Amino acid sequence: MDFSTFLIQLLNSFQYGLLLFLVASGLTLIFGIMGIINLAHGSFYMMGAYMAFSLTALSGNLLVAIVVGVALSVLIGFLLEWALFSRLYKRDHLDQVLLTYGLILIFEELRSLLVGDDVHGVPIPELLSASIQLSETLSYPVYRLFMSAVCILLAIVMYWLIRHTRLGMMIRAGSSNREMVQALGINIDLIYRIVFGLGVTLAAFAGMLAAPVSSVYPGMGNQVLIICFVVVVIGGVGSVWGALVAALLIGLADTFGKVIAPDYAGLAVYVLMAAVLLWRPEGIFRRI
Amino acid sequence: MPLARKKSRNYLPLVLLMLALFPIFGSSYYNELIGKIMIMAIFAMSLDLLVGFTGLVSFGHAAFFGVAAYSVVLLSPKYDPGNLLLVLPGAVLTGAAVAFVVGLFVLRTKGIYFIMVTLAFAQMIYFVFHDTPLGGGSDGAFLNVKPELRIGEKVLLDLNEPMQFYYIVLVLLVVAYVFLRVLLRSPLGHALAGIRSNEHRMLSLGFPVFLYKLAGFVTAGGLAGLAGFLSACQYGFVTPEILSWHQSGNVLLMVILGGMGTLNGAAIGAFAFVVLQEVFSALTKHWQLLMGVVIVTVVMVLPGGLSSLPQRLKGLLIGGGNRNG
Amino acid sequence: MAELVLSARGMSRRFGGLYANRDVSLDMHKGMLHAVLGPNGAGKSTLINLLSGDLPPSAGQILYRGEDISGWSPDKRSRAGIGRSYQRTNIFPAFTVFENCRLAAQSRAPRALRIFSKAISFADLRDAADRAIAQAGLAERRDVVAATLSHGEQRQLEIAMVLATSPSVLLLDEPLAGMGPEESQSMVALLKKLTPDHAILLVEHDMDAVFAVADVITVMVAGQVLESGPPDQIRDSVAVQEAYLGDGESDDE
Repeated sequence: MDFSTFLIQLLNSFQYGLLLFLVASGLTLIFGIMGIINLAHGSFYMMGAYMAFSLTALSGNLLVAIVVGVALSVLIGFLLEWALFSRLYKRDHLDQVLLTYGLILIFEELRSLLVGDDVHGVPIPELLSASIQLSETLSYPVYRLFMSAVCILLAIVMYWLIRHTRLGMMIRAGSSNREMVQALGINIDLIYRIVFGLGVTLAAFAGMLAAPVSSVYPGMGNQVLIICFVVVVIGGVGSVWGALVAALLIGLADTFGKVIAPDYAGLAVYVLMAAVLLWRPEGIFRRI
Repeated sequence: MPLARKKSRNYLPLVLLMLALFPIFGSSYYNELIGKIMIMAIFAMSLDLLVGFTGLVSFGHAAFFGVAAYSVVLLSPKYDPGNLLLVLPGAVLTGAAVAFVVGLFVLRTKGIYFIMVTLAFAQMIYFVFHDTPLGGGSDGAFLNVKPELRIGEKVLLDLNEPMQFYYIVLVLLVVAYVFLRVLLRSPLGHALAGIRSNEHRMLSLGFPVFLYKLAGFVTAGGLAGLAGFLSACQYGFVTPEILSWHQSGNVLLMVILGGMGTLNGAAIGAFAFVVLQEVFSALTKHWQLLMGVVIVTVVMVLPGGLSSLPQRLKGLLIGGGNRNG
Repeated sequence: MAELVLSARGMSRRFGGLYANRDVSLDMHKGMLHAVLGPNGAGKSTLINLLSGDLPPSAGQILYRGEDISGWSPDKRSRAGIGRSYQRTNIFPAFTVFENCRLAAQSRAPRALRIFSKAISFADLRDAADRAIAQAGLAERRDVVAATLSHGEQRQLEIAMVLATSPSVLLLDEPLAGMGPEESQSMVALLKKLTPDHAILLVEHDMDAVFAVADVITVMVAGQVLESGPPDQIRDSVAVQEAYLGDGESDDE
């Protein structure tokens, strides 16, 4: 592997890791703060990608599609929280597993009914469609760099939100002691709704962002979901910082696994997880 | 449970009799359907040992089922019948052995982690069969000839014969049921019930909890392997889909639908699930949509599964669903 | 001098920068009841958790019959004969009193491989359970589901379960908490009866009970041992009176 190939792979792994982080951070926040295990999280990623596809086809512009899609995702998140999840906080994990499993089936079939089962592509916006020449034969697409930049920006915003805002403070308090926060007169129901909406939107946004690169296909949500579980297991449940580190590690393992042993690339990520389980069964980082 | 005994046991001989007589009246389609339900009942009971009796919510139980099913194909000669005495124990042991290795990792975690980690490990095994030529890749593999039991020239049992297969499934269902009943009242069964009730106290009483959980996990893996063996023999082919997480989700659904912690419940759940699947898929190719709606409705309206229905009906007047209690 | 069974040597436990136990040393002898007193937050429960293995120590040694067991897991310590009870009732709520104790007794004779025999068919385990139930004064409640017991009875069951494991060391975390006067009295009588055959560590807020049963008393303040000695010495100690006895005798958790 020469240097520019290596560089390209490194950038790819970085971009993949950051994208995973967007999805996984939503999952880990929803669990860490609300105590809900959400199997349907991958479906929101899938939903985002399909929204990007449909709305781009309608409007002709990915950016417009993303803006509309984000608004729709927030709405969907609030609706689901209000109608279903808010009734499950006191329940067993088993009920949550069951409910979200049912939701996956519903979302997949709705997708099939509305958009069909074909694989679709989403065009890269013209503005970002260029490539940067790395060597005579190798180049790197600007859109992928753009994706990474957006993910980094969002990670910073999220860090700031959790560390330095009133909302973030309430979120952190809510994750440690629900009763106390309630006793202080903070509207915990509202916080949960916001957190859930945020989680859904992060996943959907990641799907929209990824759509031009990964294409849009049935089952894409479930694939991402399981990798996100691995991210959360490695990073530690409820830890956003851990999710970032774990997602980047997985990006590296997956990308270079494909280069080194293409037949077994799918396994590299799980081997990493098994190693972490032996070393630290609670994940590398514990909390937010 | 060692303590809560159910009276429903009285119906078992009747159910058994009906199952035994069914093929006399049933068409081959219904025989096959009942066969499938019985296989799924074994599978669901094996998971119930973990979820309902030990308190381990595994979302990766299809791995042991699927690996065992693959082992049937791999242990059978390509164009001749495999030896039942080799293939059947081979499949059960494969399920148990894989459960042992996976258990060493996943049982280090608890609760929510356990759910995620079992799912991830099952997915890893799925990829082994999906991405490598070991079991024919994503296309799967055929079991051209099903195993038989032969002594010398005489064939005693032939799984290629649908009738014989039906009764073998029935006998193995009874064997699995009795085995679990016996296991649950043994010291091991009581210890597992203790772990479900209060794992921490079990530890401080001096039980090596990890080893007990591993024993339960391996047993459940072996029984899932038995179901996987039968499933491979019923359909005559295996694909990675039998290892998929949908399969794990479906069997978990059967256990919860029927009511956890009662073996009969697991069997009822398997029955309900397969029948629903059959009815819905006759209606539309988007049958999973209907299944999803049923699941969501059950969770929202009937926490505790179908088995809680009678109690719920009684307490209907008291009013339901208040949040933030 | 009585046989030394369990001892802590310079044992410490830190949580972040805070010491819950700091350089604690104490000895437990067979036939003696060693009581630990101290205000809330003095580190008494941490002490028990360290001795039982529920928490690993940050520094120091725990010696059991001369062997360093600091690295042993809680179940291994329990099997070696170190039994403990909990301050917060920690039982199997869905099981009967008998099954709680029978399961506890089973931990001594696991028989995990005898999967074809009934758990309740082993006479030795049944006897051990019934003995423990009788000792703890629960004989009449033998077949009642634990969750339906009164609070005081659940405390008795907590002790019965430990006894069913036939331990040589008893670590008892506030066994009298929440008991009525009569129940307390019978528990004190039980402690007296158990002392000759066991090495007992008793963490307890009830001063009268402690001074009635203790052979040695250790007073802890802020995670450290303030003073240790026979009851008379503790009663007369100026340091103890200043640091502890002065401010309210039996403050509840």
